[in-house]
Amino acid sequence: MPFVANGKEALTFQELLFRLQSFWAERGCVLQQPYDVEVGAGTMSPDTFLRVLGPKPVRIAYAQPSRRPADGRYGENPNRLYKHTQFQVILKPPPADVQEVYLDSLRAIGIDLKKHDLKFEEDNWEWPVGGAWGVGWQMMLDGQEITQFTYFQQCGGLDLEPMCGEITYGLERIAQFLQGVDSIYDIVWAIEPDTGKQTTYGEIRLYEEEQYSTYSFDYADVNKLWEHLNAYEAECLALLDAAKGMPELESLKAQRRFPVLGAYELALKCSHVFNLLDARGAISVTERVGVMARIRTLVVGVAKAYAQQQELTVPAEALPA
Amino acid sequence: MADFLFEIGLEEVPARMIASAQAELATRVETLLSRERLLEEGSLVTSYSTPRRLAVLVTGVRTQQPDAVEEMLGPSLKVAYKDGEPTPAAAAFAKKAGVSLSDLKTVTNAKGEYLGATVTRPGKAAAEVIAAELPKEIAAIYWAKNMYWRAGKPERFVRPVKWMIALLGETLVPVEFAGVSAGNTTRGHRILFGADAITIARPSDYLAALGKAFVLADVAARRQKIRKALDAVTRTVSGACWREDLELVETVTHLTEWPYVVLGSFETGYLELPEEVLVTVMRDHQKYFAVEDAGGKLAAHFLTVLNIEPDAEGLEIIRTGNERVLSARFNDARFFWEFDQKTTLVNRMENLKHVTFQKDLGSYFAKAERVRKVAAELARLCEERKTDADAAALDQAATIAKTDLTCELVKEFTELQGIVGGLYARAQGLSETVALAVYDQYLPASMEDAVPRTVEGLLLSISDKADTIGGMFGLGLEPTGSKDPFGLRRAANGIVKMLAEAKLPLLLSEIAGLGSEHSATATKVEQFFTERVEFYLKDVKGYAYDVVKAVQAAGADDVPDAVARAQAVTEVRGSEDFAAISAAFKRMKNILTQAREKGENAAWTPDFLIEPAERTLAEESGRLAAWVEGQRREKQYVEALQTIATLRPHVDAFFDKVMVMAPEERLRAARLGLLNRVLQDFSRIADFSEIVTAG
Repeated sequence: MPFVANGKEALTFQELLFRLQSFWAERGCVLQQPYDVEVGAGTMSPDTFLRVLGPKPVRIAYAQPSRRPADGRYGENPNRLYKHTQFQVILKPPPADVQEVYLDSLRAIGIDLKKHDLKFEEDNWEWPVGGAWGVGWQMMLDGQEITQFTYFQQCGGLDLEPMCGEITYGLERIAQFLQGVDSIYDIVWAIEPDTGKQTTYGEIRLYEEEQYSTYSFDYADVNKLWEHLNAYEAECLALLDAAKGMPELESLKAQRRFPVLGAYELALKCSHVFNLLDARGAISVTERVGVMARIRTLVVGVAKAYAQQQELTVPAEALPA
Repeated sequence: MADFLFEIGLEEVPARMIASAQAELATRVETLLSRERLLEEGSLVTSYSTPRRLAVLVTGVRTQQPDAVEEMLGPSLKVAYKDGEPTPAAAAFAKKAGVSLSDLKTVTNAKGEYLGATVTRPGKAAAEVIAAELPKEIAAIYWAKNMYWRAGKPERFVRPVKWMIALLGETLVPVEFAGVSAGNTTRGHRILFGADAITIARPSDYLAALGKAFVLADVAARRQKIRKALDAVTRTVSGACWREDLELVETVTHLTEWPYVVLGSFETGYLELPEEVLVTVMRDHQKYFAVEDAGGKLAAHFLTVLNIEPDAEGLEIIRTGNERVLSARFNDARFFWEFDQKTTLVNRMENLKHVTFQKDLGSYFAKAERVRKVAAELARLCEERKTDADAAALDQAATIAKTDLTCELVKEFTELQGIVGGLYARAQGLSETVALAVYDQYLPASMEDAVPRTVEGLLLSISDKADTIGGMFGLGLEPTGSKDPFGLRRAANGIVKMLAEAKLPLLLSEIAGLGSEHSATATKVEQFFTERVEFYLKDVKGYAYDVVKAVQAAGADDVPDAVARAQAVTEVRGSEDFAAISAAFKRMKNILTQAREKGENAAWTPDFLIEPAERTLAEESGRLAAWVEGQRREKQYVEALQTIATLRPHVDAFFDKVMVMAPEERLRAARLGLLNRVLQDFSRIADFSEIVTAG
């Protein structure tokens, strides 16, 4: 049951997630759990970044905690977070009426579209490090961006066939909007059914914001971070090098077992360590370009290896005609 | 004869691309119909658009192409008939023309007698022609960014195509594009009308049917509705008016199908933030219009253009929602502003050492050092030439100019670089001259933009740009073709514009030299500047191509002077005498060029001239040259050119009576010498031989 916030019925933070999950599950999406390696956005989860590659149709949805160390504000800014939550929907290929389905999802979370101003404003998404881009819109609801809607065109420098639709909801913003609260930390996360006691976003997450911000801005050991970066990079490169021999591996089983996913996690680790170094102010503008190029080599290398592995190991009969 | 309607329904098209695509579709449809002989005299083409559709309505379209009558020419009679009998050649021609042998006729032309045939090609039905041709036109529409969506990527277009209407009168035209077959149904407003199809019975019903479905497809009407609503809503605040912003009006016009305007407010406390910051947040980030009070000062209100007409409850929800978003953004800006004040710009100099300008050109700290040197020298030159410049303030401005790049507010609102520096300089007690120079340092951003307001601002902007151009050229990173990744053309255009409009006493060669490390680079930069002067005179100031060429041939190192000369040449070029002089100068130049090729000498030896006409020309031109030179020095260019034009009778008489290439060598050389002298004396304002004259 929605509760009443600021004079109107609104969903709690967790109800918002339930509603979106059930809405998309009813439309054929497999609900995946959040990915357990640090990522800056839901797109970087292998459930998006790798699954969009290749011909196999995919419908998947998941919440993804996303870490952006430079956006941390020690919990003092009412609108910015070190870690926020994205709800990610991947539709490969998207249904022809995907825009209408998206509007229905807004209705499902209690937004009466006749009483709001909704605009599709051009916003083309790009993740240069992943060789990934798409065209689409930011969905503006009463002046607030609540969703990024993207037709994914390329990933890892490879054209996507079929093209893929990606819908990314910013859960904190939407909850703030629905509940009419000025601070993220005042969002009601849950209500105890028997007592009516409210638990706020601040109670659940503030300490993380305080501590992660302090770590990434003040404590993170820059030399150690560089060592981590180099170590993750070296191991990832070694795996990518070994991946070149995939076609010559003795069996289909050995090809299937080749750890492209392991290489991807190492690349993601590099990306996160890079973000930490950046937040710590340890990367000059000159270095930034160079390190980003190094990570791009890893991420794009993984995408190509993944695409090759799919070609080698996914039987043709598993694919749509 | 019928009306033709074509509509293509799309997922929301980016606002910035709609106007040009709408115009292009209209032109393409009109060109197609006209090319296919389907347009009646006096037919009208009207086009419409909303974010979800482009449409074109044409009146007076033929439903059938008229039959075409064509005369075909066949083989000559000699080949076509042998002994009075038709040969296989005649039969083949008849077959090709689609007529029987008996319908062939004889055609006589200059070459002789030939076989001919009058062929009537029946016109096709318009629907058939349009169905075959229109898809190619749609596919050819230019989009700044395309996408693919169908399997196999058969086409790229701005966004997926959802529906099409193609109606000729009440008849459906079977147009197919992107897997969509045209029908006679469209869609209304997503929310106010819903997803139901709307049938359009005939083209003329289009606008009214959409209007009932909450779609105002006529762009001009939509723009007008928005402007009126902005006026009406602002009137609810006494004495207030909304701040005109043509670009924003266009954007919101192309973001809405059924616009409606709401007024919102924010805490007056935010008005303590600089207006530039508030307006940037409202306009660039939120697409809100700013509101001014009766005194022209920013008021604590904003206007947002909705794409829906809400009920009273919805209106309140939307107003509150927008107010909350804006307040959060202003709050961020205030946080950054206060945070940035903790470190003064002067104290940020050291931080610039860690901000790279370009990897081979070093940090912004190093750039600031270079710019200071260029600026100091330019200030010295200005002083020397009686233009006051505060060298100390300029040096301080050049020192701190880029420090705002390390400020949080600029990281958040990159479009405010420079402006924020200027505001901070003022807030931190630096002089107004320093603050204004820093504030204006990126001006002019385009050819339509204003130039910096002060001499110090102009010199800072010129020095900064000259350093960037010289540095990049020194690394071989000059613009090539359409590629100009560092915006060097724009920077050089800016320098030319500043020199021209502020009439600064500085030469392009001086600026090129100061901005470049080596003389070889300076030469290349100078050449680059010359191209930009040509662009400025031609494309910005609108001077004719030949005028620009003539003026540049006489030198364009001094930009304001080149502009004045171009203006003068433009004013006099229409006169008959001037046209005649221009033609005569061209003739002189040709004679001299040919003579030089033959190895002839030209010597200024007036004593050897014998004919009265040539002696007069020598005397008169000598007398006028001194006069013209005086006028030129006074920059009385129109007068000088008029003086030159008075030479015409003497020049005419010379060419009438005198043969330049006389048999005797000494006389020949003297005559060539005379022409050479005349050309040199009178080509210091412009090289008239470049002027294109009629006939």
